[in-house]
Amino acid sequence: MSILIDERTRVIVQGFTGDKATFHAREMIAYGTQVVGGVTPGKGGQRHLDRPVFNTVKDAVRATGAEASLAFVPPPYAADALMEAADAGVRLVCIITDGIPSQDMMRVKRYLRRYAKTQRTTIVGPNCAGIISAGKAMLGIMPSHIYLRGSVGVVSRSGTLGYEAGAQMKALGIGITTSVGIGGDPINGSSFLDHLMLFEEDPETKAVIMIGEIGGPQEAEAAKWVHENMKKPVVGYVAGLTAPKGRRMGHAGAIISAEGDSAAEKSEIMRSYGLKVAPSAAELGSTVALALSKEA
Amino acid sequence: MNIHEYQAKELLSGFGVSVPPGGVAYSPEQAVYVATELGGWHWAIKAQIHAGGRGKAGGVKLCRTYAEVAAAAKAMLGATLVTAQTGPQGKVVHRLYIEKAEPFVRQLYLGFVLDRKIERIRVIASAEGGVEIEEIAARRPDSILQEHVDPAVGLQPFQARELAFGLGLNIKQVSQAVTSIMGCYRAFRDLDATMVEINPLVVTKDDRVLALDAKMSFDDNAMFRRPRVTEMRDAAEEDPREAHAAEFGLNYVGLSGDIGCIINGAGLAMATMDMIKHAGGEPANFLDVGGGASPERVAAAFNLVLTDKNVKAILVNIFAGINRCDWVAQGVVQAAKGLRVPLVVRLAGTNVEEGRRIIDECGLPIISTDTLAEAARKVVAAARDKEPA
Repeated sequence: MSILIDERTRVIVQGFTGDKATFHAREMIAYGTQVVGGVTPGKGGQRHLDRPVFNTVKDAVRATGAEASLAFVPPPYAADALMEAADAGVRLVCIITDGIPSQDMMRVKRYLRRYAKTQRTTIVGPNCAGIISAGKAMLGIMPSHIYLRGSVGVVSRSGTLGYEAGAQMKALGIGITTSVGIGGDPINGSSFLDHLMLFEEDPETKAVIMIGEIGGPQEAEAAKWVHENMKKPVVGYVAGLTAPKGRRMGHAGAIISAEGDSAAEKSEIMRSYGLKVAPSAAELGSTVALALSKEA
Repeated sequence: MNIHEYQAKELLSGFGVSVPPGGVAYSPEQAVYVATELGGWHWAIKAQIHAGGRGKAGGVKLCRTYAEVAAAAKAMLGATLVTAQTGPQGKVVHRLYIEKAEPFVRQLYLGFVLDRKIERIRVIASAEGGVEIEEIAARRPDSILQEHVDPAVGLQPFQARELAFGLGLNIKQVSQAVTSIMGCYRAFRDLDATMVEINPLVVTKDDRVLALDAKMSFDDNAMFRRPRVTEMRDAAEEDPREAHAAEFGLNYVGLSGDIGCIINGAGLAMATMDMIKHAGGEPANFLDVGGGASPERVAAAFNLVLTDKNVKAILVNIFAGINRCDWVAQGVVQAAKGLRVPLVVRLAGTNVEEGRRIIDECGLPIISTDTLAEAARKVVAAARDKEPA
């Protein structure tokens, strides 16, 4: 098992015919992902990468039975694309786009609430690297060869730090079930907590590593939940110990503006809730190895 | 993105928020002219910088004569103002705002923020205005009133009324406060703000409710659709290197150390800076070259990092997903020709073999590494001009 996606998940790409979407759709197909088509308004009826192109997500879902989507849509149209996917009944949308206005994401998340919880679309991202279930399927832009199939779940705000964790674990012979990038924006489609809950339910996942950074209350909220509800061991890490207060560090959401936003505070909160915190980004893999050896 | 007080007031008054009459001045003569145009007997001369805490730092002067206006303007213009929010280096004052001074009987607090926890706009009000919200929260937490806005329908007048009555206003004042609260909310929503703060919102003797100060910050991601706000950008308030970086699609934040950093991904950039510190060094900057870094972009990143004369060594750390190592390597090799400081390069991810081959075969003295820990150790050693331990 894995979370969110596997080798049977039928995937479409929104913004299918763009350059970057084409490059990464090819990589996803090469990895074995079931890419069944794509959407580019105005190009319906054409074929791209030997797959059908549709004008609307509804058309694509009707024709292909797609249940997941990877969205490569420019910021001004991204919120619209997410709501379109939700309305077409797509179960999971992963949005890579960086630069979506916060108020647009706020409206998207409010829009999702019109659907019953059991039918509500899960959004991963924006401003993220996507999702990979090792050896099964990829819905994102990560270099797939750095992951080994195994039993550790990865959830990270930063894409590149998620890669770092995957590669360090592979070097130690440790594999992953699924790696999820939740993205660096102030308002995420889904949170650390959402994915920790899925990893806790997944029989194949034996341990989880969550990789946070400065800004926002998400890591603390997740750590508290881990302490109260989670049986599997969780390793934590927070980037940005050297980040100055009040400066935006690349990600729109990476800014220390309130109490509890700094890396030192978040690491301390994680520790106080019983998470094993990696002392540096070079020790993500070894800290996971330590947590696994204690479990065995 | 931030704007000046006078710009925030101009925007907000367009949404029905009442503000005292005022005008901008760039010279003492202009300040006096604005004061004569405004009329009245008292004027507030306010330094326009992108930081709060001006009052305590001498950035706001109450003047009673034109001579006082001229003297205050002369003293402030060109001076460096150091407030609790500017940092020790302070900010140079280039513009003044001359406002007709209004005697008031009460000072209230009104703020709007994008609350990341509830993912909604949160409205905060307090009867204890005139001091920083952090201070109010510490001293009089019971005075803080809050409302959350449902993004589907927006702020409702009843919510504004509850806040206004909660502040202890009389019925005449309430209707004006409601207009101002609703106006601030509409400005927040329609201009893609991330913060609106009116501190203080004052009540005058004759029951008028006025925004005496105004601060607004905006969502950089939304500025493509807000040309009116973008026009208000004041380049003098920004670090020129950061503005230059933005032109190349780079994210740069200058710091005080001596190890230049060129990294892809904000998270990896922060983590690498932490590693440098961990290895006993100090990062000179944060720099995210972003996804799809072309050789031109990498070259621009090198130029930018080298404008900081403190830089003694450079670390390039690329874990390529959307990036490709061979592309990055080409840019690195181009930029490394004639480089005056040691360069450590660590590549990983997509097309890594090809990238490493380009680095190894270029014939330049580039220190190549495989892991993050090693990269940090080597660059710290290079900056200290000795072999890694």
